[in-house]
Amino acid sequence: MKTLIYTSALGFICMIVEMLNMRRYIVPVAVTGLAVIFGLNILDWGLAESHFNGMLVTDNFSVAFSGLLLLIGFFIVLLSGHFYKNEESKLSDYLAIILFTLVGALAMVSFGNVAMFYLGIELLSISLYILAGSKKKDLRSNEAGMKYFLMGSFASGILLFGITLIYGETASFSLQGIASYMTAHPSPSVLFYVGVGMILIAMLFKVSAAPFHFWAPDVYEGSPTLTTAMMATLAKIAAFAAFYRLFSTCFIPAYPAFAWMLSTVAALTLIIGNLSALHQDSFKRMLAFSGISHAGYLLLGILSLYGKTDQAIFFYSFAYAVASLAAFAMAIVVAANAGSEKIEAFNGLGKRKPYLAFALTIAMLSMAGIPPFAGFFAKYYIFSEAVRNGHVWITVVAVLASIVAVFYYFKVIVAMYTKESAETAFEIKPAYLLVITICVLLTILFGLFPSQLANLL
Amino acid sequence: MLVVITLFLPLLFALLTFLSGNRYAKYVALAGGAATFIACVLLKPIFVSGQLQPIAVSYPWIANPVVNFALSLDGLSFVLVALTTFLVPFIIGTTFGKEIDNAKAFYSLILLMEFGLLGVFLAADGFLYYIFWELALIPIYFIALIWGENKDREFRNRAIFKFFIYTLAGSLFMLLGFIYLYQSTGSFSISALYNLNLSDTEQSVLFWAFFVAFAIKIPVFPFHTWQPETYKEAPSAGTMLLSGIMLKMGLYSLLRWLLPVLPHGVMLWTPLVIVLAVIGVIYGSVIAVKQDNLKKLLAYSSFAHVGLITAGIFALTREGFQGATVQMFAHGFNVVGLFFAAEIILQRTGTLSISQLGGIRNVAPKFATVFMVVVLASVALPTTNAFIGEFLLLFGVYEYNTWLSVIAGLTIILGAVYMLRMYQLVMLGETNDTTAGFRDLNSRELLLFALLIIGIFQLGLAPKMFMTYVQPSLDLILNYSLR
Repeated sequence: MKTLIYTSALGFICMIVEMLNMRRYIVPVAVTGLAVIFGLNILDWGLAESHFNGMLVTDNFSVAFSGLLLLIGFFIVLLSGHFYKNEESKLSDYLAIILFTLVGALAMVSFGNVAMFYLGIELLSISLYILAGSKKKDLRSNEAGMKYFLMGSFASGILLFGITLIYGETASFSLQGIASYMTAHPSPSVLFYVGVGMILIAMLFKVSAAPFHFWAPDVYEGSPTLTTAMMATLAKIAAFAAFYRLFSTCFIPAYPAFAWMLSTVAALTLIIGNLSALHQDSFKRMLAFSGISHAGYLLLGILSLYGKTDQAIFFYSFAYAVASLAAFAMAIVVAANAGSEKIEAFNGLGKRKPYLAFALTIAMLSMAGIPPFAGFFAKYYIFSEAVRNGHVWITVVAVLASIVAVFYYFKVIVAMYTKESAETAFEIKPAYLLVITICVLLTILFGLFPSQLANLL
Repeated sequence: MLVVITLFLPLLFALLTFLSGNRYAKYVALAGGAATFIACVLLKPIFVSGQLQPIAVSYPWIANPVVNFALSLDGLSFVLVALTTFLVPFIIGTTFGKEIDNAKAFYSLILLMEFGLLGVFLAADGFLYYIFWELALIPIYFIALIWGENKDREFRNRAIFKFFIYTLAGSLFMLLGFIYLYQSTGSFSISALYNLNLSDTEQSVLFWAFFVAFAIKIPVFPFHTWQPETYKEAPSAGTMLLSGIMLKMGLYSLLRWLLPVLPHGVMLWTPLVIVLAVIGVIYGSVIAVKQDNLKKLLAYSSFAHVGLITAGIFALTREGFQGATVQMFAHGFNVVGLFFAAEIILQRTGTLSISQLGGIRNVAPKFATVFMVVVLASVALPTTNAFIGEFLLLFGVYEYNTWLSVIAGLTIILGAVYMLRMYQLVMLGETNDTTAGFRDLNSRELLLFALLIIGIFQLGLAPKMFMTYVQPSLDLILNYSLR
């Protein structure tokens, strides 16, 4: 609860700092603020409280995911200082919106009431609509913002409709209320199932699972890269955490009716995400499709949620987030230097910037699930949960999909190490170097010692 | 404790090599390889009243899943560790004659690979084993990708990537197999896996999850299609690492992680696997006869040899196992010697095309002699190491099925045909323009060949000591495999 309030306050502070004409302190203030909030968040570990009549809940699940989201927010803010250097006068606005996105995400992992859940998801989405279209003179950014807004509001409508139907059946918005209604009435009416189905569709849309993924590649490609990084990490992880919290607390009795749907969607997402990523020559678009395929792996965790898979989902989210952030930071750096977002822009990086090439190689190997990096254990935990809960066939599909994934992740590695390029100046800001280094270190650290993080929940 | 030090020495030296800069990298790497070899010699397990004492250590590593950093060194592991620690400094020594771009990365990747290989041979925990198995793959991928010989970059990238994707695909199914086993036992430790009792159906399916991974690495027909191109495209040091040591990972894993863990699955599929292996023997030999590229010829010959080793292992007899271990060791020496000779020819003439060579013996008698010895060893001439191995292997296959052993025995004849034909075309005859300026071996190269040849005859003339080391492990594995 505190985390949520402090982060909102930090957003306002950023705007006030601008008003006081102290623009150059905005990023340091935001970064320090987030670090402090991260620390305060950890102090909540072990608590089990609910606030505002059960609207918000503090438990280990919410603290762990809030910590991860704050970490992602911390990196994004670090990167934003230089990213918005051409629009300095708007820096405070952007930073405030980024922080409000974070607030939405935090609400999505700590809600105790579906109304709060809806507020969180809307706060996150509306902020992202703005950020997606924030390159005002770029047609593709406009397109991305518009597309995301239209599709997103449509999905929100479906979500709200679903919530209404659930309320109609259970007469409650609170998770506890719905859960106790479910225990008292084991066979609810058909409206309840329709409601759960609508919520499910809206969530699948938000996590960009196939066949509800069509918006994702264009939006990811058109948005400013930093916003894409937020959508791919922050928004996706918050959506998965919310998905898990909602379904594991209230809807387990309705689960069998939707299991077939979830497993079909997971298989489709894995296949479509990976196969589409194969043919991309834009690095950003490739990351977008790879993000879709990662949603497929995370769906395996949702699919077995009756077996308490929050550990696996958390670890996967973590590994995916740090590797993605390193990749997106590299995408920004390379695009700034080469003026292109194509994979060819990475040609010859192995010779020119060995350290950066090495770091990106680690990120790609981790995303491809190759040991001893965090991404390997992420896949391991997800696969082993799926096998433990009896989903062997979908796991085989996932294994095949991760073989396909190697093809496109290695395209980048091959480009860096075997292709030649003209010697041009290559500049990287310290903030970017810092973020990439921390992300890579975390990827290696939790690849060698995964259990600390994996046993957190 | 020493076993842990031996394992981590290459990793430490990989780091030192990288830090030492391009100029001194090769010396630091050689020192690292040598230090590891010395550590391995000191590590030699001892006999207490005629019983070999295995060395085992175990530290907790990951709590969920329960993974221990468990290493165990018995006779079988020791033999392969010895092979690895001997060959790695040898291979580093073979590269001294040429300028290597970005040498610090090249040599530290070689040592990193040694770390992975040693881990595979030492691990006594399935998960740890899997991680080392993958760890050995990444360095060789980069070695082959970045330092390959072929100027045609696109072709090389494709060939090396094919190798990577094949092996990775295999290992992912092995991972799935391990996950399944873990769900059944709650442990990855090798002793728990050896005492597992799964139903026959489970075993017959799981068999393929593991076997495909190993069969790709070895390679067994029809999983071999990555091999000839990769051997040709990789730099010679990479080819030596792949053929000399890495394929032993697959053979070793058959013995250590497949046969004793899934005995009924193995029983069920043995007939098919032996037939595939024997097909590989003949197919590899026949194609080798037709090759013009020297490295590809050696690749196919190696493919034929490991086919026979696989057949010997799956015969599930004492002699088959003995032959397989001897031949694994012998093949390591011989194939590395052959690829070293090929590398020398490539360096001095600029070509590997057999039809363009000839008459090297006239200008380089020392090279001709040592090359002859290595060629004869690889065609299993009595008194050389491979003779013991092939004899025992064929005997093992004979015990399984007479006709199969007759067919597999053709490998000796065919092997003599393509190897001696190759030697004749490359070394004998008239000296031509390409080979006229061939410089004979320098003292470094001569020393390396001498070391290799001592090893060849040592095992060929006195295989008994080798056997006393591996026999207890093999008996144990055979017992579990026939349970």
